[in-house]
Amino acid sequence: MSKKSLISIGDFSKEEILHVLETAKEFEQNKEQKFLEGKVIASLFFEPSTRTRLSFETAINRLGAKVIGFSDASNTSQSKGETLKDTIKMVSNYVDMIVMRHPLEGSSRYASEVASVPVVNAGDGANQHPSQTLLDLYSILKTQGRLDGLTVNMVGDLKYGRTTHSLLQALSHFNPRFIFTSPEELKMPQEYKDFLDSKGIGYEETTSLEAHLNDCDILYMTRVQQERFTDPMEYERVKDVYRLEASMLGKVKDNMKILHPLPRVNEIDQDVDETPYAYYFKQAENGLYVRMAIISYLLGYR
Amino acid sequence: MTHKELVVSALENGTVLDHIPAENVYAALEILGLKGIESQITIGINLTSKEYGKKGIIKIANRFFEDDELNRLALIAPNATVNIIRDFKVVEKKRLCLPEEIIGIAKCKNPKCITNHQPIKTRFTTITKDNKISLLCHYCEKISDTKSIF
Repeated sequence: MSKKSLISIGDFSKEEILHVLETAKEFEQNKEQKFLEGKVIASLFFEPSTRTRLSFETAINRLGAKVIGFSDASNTSQSKGETLKDTIKMVSNYVDMIVMRHPLEGSSRYASEVASVPVVNAGDGANQHPSQTLLDLYSILKTQGRLDGLTVNMVGDLKYGRTTHSLLQALSHFNPRFIFTSPEELKMPQEYKDFLDSKGIGYEETTSLEAHLNDCDILYMTRVQQERFTDPMEYERVKDVYRLEASMLGKVKDNMKILHPLPRVNEIDQDVDETPYAYYFKQAENGLYVRMAIISYLLGYR
Repeated sequence: MTHKELVVSALENGTVLDHIPAENVYAALEILGLKGIESQITIGINLTSKEYGKKGIIKIANRFFEDDELNRLALIAPNATVNIIRDFKVVEKKRLCLPEEIIGIAKCKNPKCITNHQPIKTRFTTITKDNKISLLCHYCEKISDTKSIF
């Protein structure tokens, strides 16, 4: 069976990552390429999402395919107790590809094993969100002109933040240096530091946002996500720990860009939006081209 | 040897699993699927061991195992030895070899893992680091230690 799914960023080799980024560039230059006319793609969102769902569905439409699906599992047979397996098997019969988001971790991997069509993971709980990682990489490549040898400062919730974990894995192909800026309670988990050690990649940890603002190429800000916390007290202690303001950016590198997977709350002040370093809105737009590239690649068109 | 025979009665035919950590004897019975079988089983817990302090031992009469079945035990008893007994004599001694993959017996410790919510066979890759064994879940990609996962 030649079906290929994208569940975890580790499913793509370095070559495949570069291929998808190259293809995304092609779509950015020419958005109207309806070579998927006649195809139907399922968009199954068992958990609410705005950005990811709309961006995937726009990508599908721009490629000329039709979308079926739901954005709220309470309207589906899942609420009658249907197993995920049965839902996926049934939908597989109707469509050419499944894009899914689900609150349980590992659900997309499981779906890819029972589906007869490719599955794209659009987020499985706190586990993986590979299209976000690819659009992060695309944004880095576009703003820096390269992926190799960059200093990336990850800020905020590095414990539960899946985007930082996947980005770290993906960047490990490109000889990076990392700064991990987080409160003690939300430090980068040991397993990821072990992973970097095993690849000989250097990193520093700090609790101070100011410490490494001026020597990084990418400032990757994240939100402290309330929904990932099991302990509400822990959330209250750390929720507003960092706040980036335009006044703090006086001595940063000229090429430095601020990324954020969005939605942001208080961690980036609105006054940063007007600086040349803010890139997060453009980053979200890049998601469209990257998702068009992922879909085309998995269906064998690029 | 004679001392041991006094503590735990000798076996005519079957399998003796020795050097199981005392606290993991019940888990071992579970992993080998020995709950509710007909064979006579003798269990020893907190026996004195020169090498390990306290150990456990399980003797199963008239039951022989495939290597695959036994190797799962390496998760909780990496130093266990297996003695195959025929006619009161040890005819074969084996050591366990940790399998690369553990399918269907352990539970994932991540409460948000799909395997804890839907009828799915669990699947783990074993990782050995500093003599400690841990399990990487094939689905949620989280790492569990081997305590209370059965």
